[in-house]
Amino acid sequence: MKLRRVVFYVPVLVVMLCCHSLSAELRIEVTKGVDNAVRIAVVPFEWRGRGILPEQIADIVSSDLLLSGRFDTLDVDSMLSLPHVPDEVFFRDWRLLKAEYLVIGYLHAVNQDEATISPAVTRLRLHFELYNVFRQSVEVIHEIEGEIQDLRDMAHYVSDVVYEKLTGIEGAFLTRILYVTDTGPVDNREYRLNVADADGKRAAVILKSREPLLSVIWSPDGRKIAYVSFEKDSKPAIYIRDMESGETEQITNFKGLNGAPAWSPDGKSLAMVLSRDGNPEIYIMDLEDRRLRRITRHYGIDTEPSWSPDGTSLIFTSNRGGKPQIYKITLANLEIERLTFEGDYNARARFLPDGKSLIMVHRRKGIYHIALLELTRGRLTVLTETALDESPSIAPNGSMLIYATRYGGRGVLAAVSIDGGVKFRLPSSEGNVREPAWSPKKHKKFEANILNE
Amino acid sequence: MGTRIIKGLLALGFAVALISGCASQPADDMQEEAIVEEAPEVMSQPIETVTPVAPPKAAWTIQNGALYELDSDDEYVAVGNGKFYFDFDQAIVKRHGHAVLNKHANYLAANSDARVRLEGHADERGTREYNLALGERRANAIRAYLTSQGASNYQTEVISYGEEKAAVDGHDESAWSMNRRVELIYQ
Repeated sequence: MKLRRVVFYVPVLVVMLCCHSLSAELRIEVTKGVDNAVRIAVVPFEWRGRGILPEQIADIVSSDLLLSGRFDTLDVDSMLSLPHVPDEVFFRDWRLLKAEYLVIGYLHAVNQDEATISPAVTRLRLHFELYNVFRQSVEVIHEIEGEIQDLRDMAHYVSDVVYEKLTGIEGAFLTRILYVTDTGPVDNREYRLNVADADGKRAAVILKSREPLLSVIWSPDGRKIAYVSFEKDSKPAIYIRDMESGETEQITNFKGLNGAPAWSPDGKSLAMVLSRDGNPEIYIMDLEDRRLRRITRHYGIDTEPSWSPDGTSLIFTSNRGGKPQIYKITLANLEIERLTFEGDYNARARFLPDGKSLIMVHRRKGIYHIALLELTRGRLTVLTETALDESPSIAPNGSMLIYATRYGGRGVLAAVSIDGGVKFRLPSSEGNVREPAWSPKKHKKFEANILNE
Repeated sequence: MGTRIIKGLLALGFAVALISGCASQPADDMQEEAIVEEAPEVMSQPIETVTPVAPPKAAWTIQNGALYELDSDDEYVAVGNGKFYFDFDQAIVKRHGHAVLNKHANYLAANSDARVRLEGHADERGTREYNLALGERRANAIRAYLTSQGASNYQTEVISYGEEKAAVDGHDESAWSMNRRVELIYQ
């Protein structure tokens, strides 16, 4: 595999966020793409109104597709024509450029009387089409409507549709990433909880603290987050925050460890680690009545629970065998099974959405990597070449994972595809970045008209 | 001549009053020995009857959360650096730390009102939640040792920061070895 290094950075012209303070954006650097990347041209979309739209849809779509590592996008400067409607498409122009696929489109105000782009224009309709250049056929014709402040989301929706059509894999562009940053020297540190779009844009600070923040996760519906913070009396507690309202509730206040929250797939329970009985053990809290059920009972360390996709079992890290390894506990009968045998440090495992594989932190020759374990075959594959890797979080489509590592003397986020074929980094312009959590798909539903199917 | 004697007596009486006034001040605050030591310089004449007797110093004192003990020169010296270090992925109290820990245990045993916070830490390697558990194990190991040497459980509070609060920024063994620690912080 050849190593490509493409720096792709689209300055955001207007940031539409009003209620969050701005945070340092994450810039994405693709460090490895697939060899047989699909060559695609995304032509700048036409805006059928006055003024300038705050976001350029085609730029966002191109960036998304490039960052997926599976596409090679054409520069606008190299395009021989800039079609917006079918009549303007000349396939020979695109064959000359060796483009395999072509995306065109236009936008207009839903209320056609709204002539100018101003506060008066709030709702837009976006029409886009995907063409197969070699077959000279149209693959997709879609129209969606959305609010002007959702333009970036509308663009990510286009990326999702194109990605899914051409790869057969559900897109994960309409998602967000939570992450923790710290700045300042060891004796005067500030910790921040941030959220950004999956492409690193629209970064916003959710929370600032002089005390550590960690173990950030999304609820299965993407509306809430849970995390561990030491903000109160410098002791750890688990908090749940509503992402829409910002309402935050402290849900544990036990002596000792209060950590490693893990939301059940049905959203009704939270697995966690408490040491209130003297030793780190795994518990499940019913979020309705707040009752606790103790799951593990061992004098060793039991921590980092994660649910199986069907909700019937938990996997967790335990040093009950002497070294940290991954175990599975069936919730119906509390039977425990050891899952990892290769290496002397396997920790913080997460299931892939299909439930057939795990990703985890794995130490090999003293170096901490992210590894994939296929449960049926018992085969372990190291996915990352970086060191001090931790906190892997999987995209909702199961195709990529994001994790924390070090690069250039700083904590940074990096991502790798589950097949190892695509890699990229997301360095921040300041401080150390870690504890990424990839959101479920956004629940934002655009009124989509699928016109060709 | 008579007036001279009176003046002299008055002066002497004033000096005595001055000195005894000075000498009575340190008694208000046992900690301020500095003033007691300055007192003899003021004395121009030997007056045995008012020589201040320095109160005996406490055997221990707490300054900024750290324990100090009185040494043979009557000076307070820190009892170690209040930090105890551990091997990688281990929570075993090292033997060479026992002597210093015994002093902490003696202090706690002798002062039932004393409270100490045991803050457990880990180096940056490995996962964060596992390191929180490891930091707690280390702090618990120190607690168990102190208890075995006479401290009471209610005097110690365990809290783990895992790898979240490094003592030393760095990504090599020299930094890691300083970060795998338990810190004793007196309240």
